[in-house]
Amino acid sequence: MNTTAATINARTTIKKPPTSAIRTVVNPWLMPVLVITLLVTIVVSVGIGALYVSPYEIWLILAKSLGYSAAVDATKEAILLAIRLPRVCLALLIGAGLAVSGAAIQGLFRNPLADPGLIGISSGASLAAVMMIVLEVKLFQTLTGLLGMYALSIVAFAGACATAFLVYRIARMAGKDVITTMLLTGIAINALSGALTGIMTYLATDEQLRNITFWSLGSLGGASWTSVLSILPFTAAALVGIPRLAKSLNLLALGESQASMLGVNLKSIKRQVIIFSTMAVGTSVAVAGIIGFIGLVIPHLIRMGVGSDHRRVLTGSALGGAIVLTLADSLARTIVAPAELPIGILTALLGTPVFLWILFRERRRAAA
Amino acid sequence: MLEVRNISYQIRNRKLLDGVSFQAKAGELLAIVGANGAGKSTLLKLCTRELTTLSGEVRLDKKSLTAYSDKELALVRAVLPQQNSVVFPFLVSELVLMGRYPHFDFHPSDHDYYVAETALKKVGMWEFASRVFTTLSGGEQQRVQLARVLAQIWDVPKGILFLDEPTTGLDLLHQHQMLELAREFTQKGFCAVVILHDLNLAAQYADQIVMLRSGRIEAIGRPQEVITVETIKHVFNLNVWLVEHPELDCPMVIPQQHQFSNRH
Repeated sequence: MNTTAATINARTTIKKPPTSAIRTVVNPWLMPVLVITLLVTIVVSVGIGALYVSPYEIWLILAKSLGYSAAVDATKEAILLAIRLPRVCLALLIGAGLAVSGAAIQGLFRNPLADPGLIGISSGASLAAVMMIVLEVKLFQTLTGLLGMYALSIVAFAGACATAFLVYRIARMAGKDVITTMLLTGIAINALSGALTGIMTYLATDEQLRNITFWSLGSLGGASWTSVLSILPFTAAALVGIPRLAKSLNLLALGESQASMLGVNLKSIKRQVIIFSTMAVGTSVAVAGIIGFIGLVIPHLIRMGVGSDHRRVLTGSALGGAIVLTLADSLARTIVAPAELPIGILTALLGTPVFLWILFRERRRAAA
Repeated sequence: MLEVRNISYQIRNRKLLDGVSFQAKAGELLAIVGANGAGKSTLLKLCTRELTTLSGEVRLDKKSLTAYSDKELALVRAVLPQQNSVVFPFLVSELVLMGRYPHFDFHPSDHDYYVAETALKKVGMWEFASRVFTTLSGGEQQRVQLARVLAQIWDVPKGILFLDEPTTGLDLLHQHQMLELAREFTQKGFCAVVILHDLNLAAQYADQIVMLRSGRIEAIGRPQEVITVETIKHVFNLNVWLVEHPELDCPMVIPQQHQFSNRH
């Protein structure tokens, strides 16, 4: 409290040079690097596969589809436009959506260990999907008749919404400390859906079991422009909506009471984070099954890189999630070609060692 | 500036506050003192609108507290919390800038940066600006939090500052600097409401003291009127000596010897 160095007075016009320590930004180079990495990732992922397409050819094919005349290989054009491009788009959307929701949920719960699965979104979605696969009841058959192959996705999304809503309502009923109660309720509801899913697995036939496994390990194999378009509005809403909450999430890190003293409407921010995350995660589980790890680990890695300011963490997580999932999916479809690995296995298999390595390195540096 | 009219607060059937009224004028430092569980924090929470009550009214600048929007209130009143638990490893500079959040939408202006920097210099923590907040000691964290709170209402014409046991964890020098800083703010027309445990600090810095006992006001007024042997005996159940401050016109409290064995 150096009273000689500064006096209290109203607005002054003194401009500080932009180098002042108050403007410290952790690793300012990281965001541009992420953007460039994302672009490279897209080009590489679209190019590799059974038939290699060079960046120049990708450029020509895109130009042609936009109406310019260009001489391109018809097979490559068909593969690129009908298979690779929708798949990469799907991976980008899902990766970005999962990671940004994870970052927002961690901020809301004031806990770096939280993830979207915690409030029951993923388990609710998969329970609904598994029930639909196994029970084959009348309602589901009617739905399948009406909606065709999208019935499963829609049911899964409905399951995600229903569980998230249930967890939120129970927590609200319990009283004041909504966040802690939500965490506990989420754990309880997750256990319940786990048990119910277990019963379904027990009842399932061999063929149904294969379906369930595919579902619970996650895969982007079913990508098409229709699936991209069906999740686009939801993921886009989350990708625009969640970063808008960055300042409020920063203030929440000071504690709920301090956040409200600084003008944060707690009820509204909780509701928005939950709704946006359910939209992004629910739709992604609906089209690609459960893809673990991204929602928990990407925000964590980004925080290590860019610090804690959610204005950078949220955008950084969206970029990071998109990069990692797109790369993982490219690996999943090329590593054991012509077969495919479920992407959930790959993200966990590769992600865990990388994550542990970074974690230990950080801890050791902090201790030194 | 702050007017509390006959407020009560209860949780289930336990009355935490019962018919409390007082006024704090602009330019005044008001200290709230009392034993543990007397209702000091509840009173502060009602004044900052963290809690709301059905009976009685709190008015800020001649306007009912309930009539303010969250944002309006954030621009005039700032609260230094008793415990701080910051979960993510924010930088000190980022944390102080959070005090300016009510003043800008997405990007802080040069003025916001200037205020944050000045506030940080004011509390003597400028060298720590690019350190990680969670690695600081308790007392250092408290001073950074103070800078954040000051930055929040730095440039408003008539602000109100609430400090909940601000001296906890501070060394002797910084305890006094903390309260001097609060006084400095009152001199420019602010009002400061401070919960204090140390009666000597309250006597030395407060213009007005509210002494609470079991949710009611036991004594209210200037330090000389409130800090007496009788009120302290009644509120804290402690026998004390009072002596004159060598320089200032205020009492100092010295506990008597052997009183715990005398009591029963």
